[in-house]
Amino acid sequence: MVQERLLTVNKLRTEFFQSKKSSVTAINEISFHLDKGEILGLVGESGCGKSVTSLSIMRLLNFTSGKVTKGEVIFDGEDLQKISENEMRKIRGGKMSMIFQEPMSSLNPAMRIDKQMIEGIRLHTNMSKEEARKHASKMLSQVGIPDPERVLKNYPHQLSGGMSQRVMIAMAMSCNPQMLIADEPTTALDVTIQAQILELMKKIQQEEGMSILLITHDLGVVAEMCTRVIVMYAGEIVEEAPVEELFNHPTHPYTEGLIASVPKLGSGVKVLPSIPGSVPDLSMLPKGCRFAPRCKYATERCRNEEPDLFQISANQKCRCWRQER
Amino acid sequence: MSRYFVRRILATIPLMFIISIFVFMFIHLIPGDPARTIAGLDAEEWQVEAIREEYGLNKPIVTQYVDYMVKLFHGDMGESMKSFTPVSELIAERMPQTLKLVFAGVLWAPILGIFIGVMSAIKQGKIFDHVCMLIAITGLSAPGFWLGLMGIQIFSVQLGWLPSGGLDSWKGFILPSFTMGCGIMAVLARYSRSSMLETLREDYVRTARAKGQKESLVMFSHAFRNSLIQVVTILGLQIGGLLSGSVLTETVFSIPGMGRLLTDSIQFRDYAAVQGLLMLFALQYVLINLVVDLLYGVINPKIRLD
Repeated sequence: MVQERLLTVNKLRTEFFQSKKSSVTAINEISFHLDKGEILGLVGESGCGKSVTSLSIMRLLNFTSGKVTKGEVIFDGEDLQKISENEMRKIRGGKMSMIFQEPMSSLNPAMRIDKQMIEGIRLHTNMSKEEARKHASKMLSQVGIPDPERVLKNYPHQLSGGMSQRVMIAMAMSCNPQMLIADEPTTALDVTIQAQILELMKKIQQEEGMSILLITHDLGVVAEMCTRVIVMYAGEIVEEAPVEELFNHPTHPYTEGLIASVPKLGSGVKVLPSIPGSVPDLSMLPKGCRFAPRCKYATERCRNEEPDLFQISANQKCRCWRQER
Repeated sequence: MSRYFVRRILATIPLMFIISIFVFMFIHLIPGDPARTIAGLDAEEWQVEAIREEYGLNKPIVTQYVDYMVKLFHGDMGESMKSFTPVSELIAERMPQTLKLVFAGVLWAPILGIFIGVMSAIKQGKIFDHVCMLIAITGLSAPGFWLGLMGIQIFSVQLGWLPSGGLDSWKGFILPSFTMGCGIMAVLARYSRSSMLETLREDYVRTARAKGQKESLVMFSHAFRNSLIQVVTILGLQIGGLLSGSVLTETVFSIPGMGRLLTDSIQFRDYAAVQGLLMLFALQYVLINLVVDLLYGVINPKIRLD
């Protein structure tokens, strides 16, 4: 089966400017793609550039000191970096929508849920207020909210975290997007609620055939949800692989470390392995491989030369000298 | 919602009682003997004693307080010890001038202040922001009465464009209204700017943008309204302070309002008038803060519904 490309990110570089001249590169020329109907995981520790990647795609960085300085984001045949803000607004919340880590603070506290949902729906459809309200109610029951009419009349502080995230998902789904960016959608939720939300996202994804870019630091979530995974480290992609490959044969030492540090039941291991050190400060990156200072395999070469992202098999890539082909 | 409102309104009653006790006590702490002031310095001791008797000043202070409160509830604020007219009449006569003055300040200052603050936040770091904040800091640092005096010096004395006192024509309002409002405008500009900046960093503002909402509406219907929650509190404190702020402005512009009446009464140890005025000032402060709290409930559903 030939997969159709929905999103192609090509050598995207995003910098944060402290002044006109000095900047920190948060993501450095990353390239990846997302096929139609696919769930792609974007994994890494905090500060590795996952969220910046998603905000760069949505062009929501313009309101911060961040700026995309290079590369292209081709979505549905269009380069999102080239279109006008007006055209971009039609895509945001329309063909491409997003849900965030903190559902409670992502809803406007001074506005009832109905108003917030209707606002989004009417921006991208020709529905009247009443039709939009009906649609919102339908969306809420679709995301498993038992009494949508009551929730519509509520203010965000009257909802629990899980409920809020369901509302966020309903809101994001209300205009039938082709692509959903989910930025740590379950991180702020209780474990039982996490499972429900993931289940829900998977169900909707299958029914609607949309694509999801799932950003998370939780490998459990990745294993559960994704077909393909991208591992990011310090603003770069270090490994890309189908999910089974990644878990069975991780090739990058960082991925290896991430997987080893997931607790396993009945493994008899008393002390959970961890990766020593922490993500480097982006303004003081080491020379050579960015992971070298924390890598147990690091050699002199790693400390001096930066490796490329090597294609090591048909669908696996790895940024490590040990995988040089 | 109505429960919140009723609770807030009821809470003001004990507050007013406590304030009345303080007002009453503090006046009696002012050094000087009102009976002696009324009788004159060369009056005989028995004459002074008679005046004490007449005004009930020889009774224990608790009895005096109770007497005063009982009368107050009957709408009687007592009689001025200086002009021998009822205090309520004195106040009623002076009140319109002060209200006009306060209104002239309230009319433009908060609106302009909030507008400047919000626009500065939106244009953070740009020239507009810097200029506005320079104006705001100047307005904050310069005392109102000094601004008033400078205004008189420039526009009345040197240029002769505006009258130096009185509220007889619309021209007369310009300088006093500027003097009254300047501080409020500056304070509100600062507060609404920082509040708006804080709100703009909120997650729900990002959500609104992610929906594809227009930037102007993101600012107005999502950010601005939430930033008002903090600003309204400050607004109440500022407007509450206006009436007492009128004391200085009225003195500078020789406007015969309640502020002037207060300064004159304090000088004469006119207990009844001072008490009446202070109670009235306190009452308006409490009322304005009540209105602010109610407004707060309207803007912030969290408060209204919990």
